[in-house]
Amino acid sequence: MSEKTEFEPRIIGFLCNWCSYAGADLAGVSRIQYPPNIRIIRVMCSGRIDPIFILEALKDGADGVLVAGCHLPSDCHYISGNFKALRRITLLKKVLQDFGIEPERVRLEWVSASEGDKFAAIVRDMVEQIKKLGPNPLKIGGRQYE
Amino acid sequence: MAEKKVGAVLVVGGGVAGIQASLDLADSGFKVYLIDEGASIGGVMAQLDKTFPTNDCSMCILSPKLVATGRHPNITILTNTEILGLNGEAGNFEVKLRKRSRYIIEEKCNGCGLCAQKCPIEAVDMYNGGLSERSAIYVDYPQAVPLKYKIDREKCIGCGTCYEICKAKAVAYDQQDSEATLKVGSIILAPGFEPFDAKLKSEYGYGRYPNVVTSIEFERILSASGPYGGLVLRPSDGEIPKKIAFIQCVGSRDYKLGNNYCSAVCCMYGMKEAVIAKEHTPTKLDATIFYMDLRAYGKEFDAYYNRAREEWGIRFVRSRVASITEDSSTGNLFVHYVEDEKPKTEEFDMVVLSIGMQPPKNVEKIAKVLGIELNKYKFCETKTFSPLETSKPGVFVCGAFSAPKDIPESVAQASGAAAKAMSIIASERGKLVAVKEYPPERDISQEEPRIGVFVCHCGINIGGVVNVPEVVEYAKTLPNVVYAEANLYTCSQDTQKLIREKIQQHNLNRVIVASCTPRTHEPLFRETVQEAGLNPYLFEMANIRDQCSWVHMHEPKEATEKAKDLVRSVVAKAKLLKPLKKPEISVTPVGLIMGGGVSGMTAALELARQGFEVHLVEREKELGGYLRKIYYLLEGDNPKERLDALIKDIMENDKIYVHLNAEVTEISGFVGNFKSKIKHYNGKEEEVEHGIVIVATGATEYKPTEYLYDKDPRVMTQHELEEKIAKGDFKAKNVIMIQCVGARNEERPNCARICCGQAIKNALKIKEIIPETEVYVLYKDIRSYGFKEDYYRKASEKGVLFINYEDSRKPQVRNEKGKLEVTFWEPVIKQEVTIEPDLLILSAATIPNPDNKRVAEMLKVPLTKDGFFLEAHMKLRPVDFATDGVFLCGMAHSPKYIDESIAQACAAAARATTILSKPALEMEGIVANVNEDLCSGCRICEYLCPYGAIEMKQKDDRLVAHVIEALCKGCGACGSACPTKAITMGHFTTEEIIAQVKAALLEVKA
Ligand code: FES
Repeated sequence: MSEKTEFEPRIIGFLCNWCSYAGADLAGVSRIQYPPNIRIIRVMCSGRIDPIFILEALKDGADGVLVAGCHLPSDCHYISGNFKALRRITLLKKVLQDFGIEPERVRLEWVSASEGDKFAAIVRDMVEQIKKLGPNPLKIGGRQYE
Repeated sequence: MAEKKVGAVLVVGGGVAGIQASLDLADSGFKVYLIDEGASIGGVMAQLDKTFPTNDCSMCILSPKLVATGRHPNITILTNTEILGLNGEAGNFEVKLRKRSRYIIEEKCNGCGLCAQKCPIEAVDMYNGGLSERSAIYVDYPQAVPLKYKIDREKCIGCGTCYEICKAKAVAYDQQDSEATLKVGSIILAPGFEPFDAKLKSEYGYGRYPNVVTSIEFERILSASGPYGGLVLRPSDGEIPKKIAFIQCVGSRDYKLGNNYCSAVCCMYGMKEAVIAKEHTPTKLDATIFYMDLRAYGKEFDAYYNRAREEWGIRFVRSRVASITEDSSTGNLFVHYVEDEKPKTEEFDMVVLSIGMQPPKNVEKIAKVLGIELNKYKFCETKTFSPLETSKPGVFVCGAFSAPKDIPESVAQASGAAAKAMSIIASERGKLVAVKEYPPERDISQEEPRIGVFVCHCGINIGGVVNVPEVVEYAKTLPNVVYAEANLYTCSQDTQKLIREKIQQHNLNRVIVASCTPRTHEPLFRETVQEAGLNPYLFEMANIRDQCSWVHMHEPKEATEKAKDLVRSVVAKAKLLKPLKKPEISVTPVGLIMGGGVSGMTAALELARQGFEVHLVEREKELGGYLRKIYYLLEGDNPKERLDALIKDIMENDKIYVHLNAEVTEISGFVGNFKSKIKHYNGKEEEVEHGIVIVATGATEYKPTEYLYDKDPRVMTQHELEEKIAKGDFKAKNVIMIQCVGARNEERPNCARICCGQAIKNALKIKEIIPETEVYVLYKDIRSYGFKEDYYRKASEKGVLFINYEDSRKPQVRNEKGKLEVTFWEPVIKQEVTIEPDLLILSAATIPNPDNKRVAEMLKVPLTKDGFFLEAHMKLRPVDFATDGVFLCGMAHSPKYIDESIAQACAAAARATTILSKPALEMEGIVANVNEDLCSGCRICEYLCPYGAIEMKQKDDRLVAHVIEALCKGCGACGSACPTKAITMGHFTTEEIIAQVKAALLEVKA
């Protein structure tokens, strides 16, 4: 698709409804600008995020995946979903390394409903970092959509 | 009663207390009018950055409540509104209101905010503590409810820009104030407080020195959405401070100012601000707190204090600051104070004044209009045994208006006041509330997905960046999309009608709106599709404003591509959407209360007054609990008379079944449908069915092992002294009291809250009977918060000697050849002093009931480290457990005074009523589902579920997981962990999410 010379990473963001999605909304309400590389998918809680979702995203050519939830320890709307996410993502990163995928492509962050600027900063930073890493090694040209 | 009662309640004040009261009332079948003088609800809590002692983000926990209030069908919010007059009596009031104009037609304004962006005027932003600017047309804060703009007519120059730009035609410069009359059955006052005006303490230089700020301003500085984006900066030069001083008790405990009371919350928020400031500052920051007594008296507060000192390195200086001066060349500040009897001066970069609470501004007017009495500080007058009642029947009070207090206590009082307000109009429940009727749901199981996409311009908020027509055309090319169009405002009334028509015309069975955020708008659109006969879960949103056009304002091309990707991704999900049923569960309208002390009895009476049957189970042979040990009170009420009256009310109430000498030994079931075994000590066993449980099992007094207790008859606890005094046995010339016995130590780090009050009460009583008796109180901090400060002062005036001791120099107690000797360090004369008291009184801590562990296990609810019950949320759900249908109140929660226990008990009753008042509970449709064929019975989900919503069931010859829908909250933690993928979440199924991911990543042919 893109004729651009510079590589533009494509990032999938899984955001929990209660804090992080609200934080991303606040970035919008406050008109804090960040690069348009992220596509956000809303889930109720970071504890809902199955490592499979992340693997599917990487398999389908995402250059990076952001998982964001409520701050530890006690901000999670469902008591402890954020801890579950922490455990799973930590483990997943280890597995990714074994597969030859840079673990930095997957990022777990805590973003509260009042941290619009933090959310924007994370996206900016991720785009930068992934630009340095280059495209997802699994990407074989990208699938086409008819 | 002359006239018919009215099933509606007026709530005055839209802070967190007013919000909580409104929600509880509305959820229990009453119509609520919530009025606020401001332009939006949320109160002071909406300005806070974090909340103690958990450091939770304030907006994160408040905003779901704001949204719930804003869209509750039984709550009408009237902003910019004040009371003009009141007629009638309890059960049937007539209230006259005035609504001030906001110069905006509220029905038309959709809060898009374009006007504020274009407005040429800059005015001071009070929400940000005056530290930043806003336009003349504005909302208080971005999450404001209702999200309706307002024109500041003092600043507005009438240029007409907003009028021109508002596509919704909501601006009305000539709008007038209006008046209205409402009929309500009862009234709840929650007008909150007014922060102390720091300019009145002129010696601290606020208003003259830019780097002296108030604690409210500092909250805004700390907030990520505040004036400096969450960085701590000095207002004078924008530099990062290296050294900040926090000055406590500004405007509180100040006799000269006439504010002798303690504002009760400043010690904790001062520490919190110091801690968060350190967290938010990239460089090293020194924080010093100047205080008189550190009043960390609440649940888990002392643990926070300890961490503030030890972990976060906050410095504490016990001193009243005399004055502050400025170095005008640097903007730095000199803090002058006295320590160890010596004057000292220290330089800081910035000073934060911990300002106290004052009664609301126009309190005298409110009091006059409503005919209620105020106390000498002009807070609302209440009594120990009726903490929620004003002097006027039918008018109740909660929150900081009756005394300075923190958020959880305000919330508990709010629920409690709701219970009180309901009980006088219980007969009118359900009569004035709206019941919405929907057409029968269309069966779409045999239909191919037919998707309609509605793309919103949002004025020019989206359309100004994203090429909306292009997105519409693109949407039409996507599989299963049979209809797509653009709307100026998809959320407007007329578009709802249009969406319904299009659903009919094109036989749509899935609807997508590409506009703003589902967090605020999904409920509206779900309702719209439901009105057109579709299941509400056949709806999805693509957020192309907050997460696209607003954050990529300078990249229209990329933003348009992103909007297309988002729409495509949501279409892929929508294709797979399934209708979901909201499960209904029946409710047994009966309560079970464990514990027959003042809390349990109060809760029982409140529930009975609401019309529900109650089983009250008490282990002792008589009702009364802890209250039996209390003979007199600081504030004067006669506890014995009150106790007898309470017991009489209970015994005479035919809805209350009292089970004495008995305990609950088994509980099964879930919200609405519990079954319990009550075992009587005489061997009899009973089984009862009930819809809710209230834990009111109280606490007990610590039996000291220190200071010769139990070894010397002259050593006794405060309760034992009280009994002695009450029986007329008290005789002594010299009495020493030692505070914090069994509290604030290694084993039990937290404060027992009520011992300071007890010591002051008994000391005053001694001075009353034998004025010559010397009374010494050896203390760590005197924690006479709120109006109790008056009694502390009175005790000092009567000659009670208060002597501070440090942990490193605890008093020593000896029996020297029959003589009782107490040696302690006297900090003023800097010497050890030995006294031979006739009586040594130990202020023994109130400690958890040893039975708590058993009860907690039986109910599957948690305990704190100390062993008290742990509520669902320390701030906003003080009497709920995370398990639905189980509540708590009184000392089982933590030590507290009688009025606080009563407020919590009423609160627990109100929370319980939100369940018991419904014939059936409608649960959320988004719940977990188990495919039993795939389930391997590994029990991982059962272990992971934070709500105990998964149980294992026998199926044929194996175990399979089963979801108790009544308990499932739909977080999805089980689904993501299931190794065989047997569990999935409604509306967020694995296939749906993966489809969404795949579609988002497809590369589109140009
Ligand atoms: S709800 Fe945000 S992480 Fe659980």
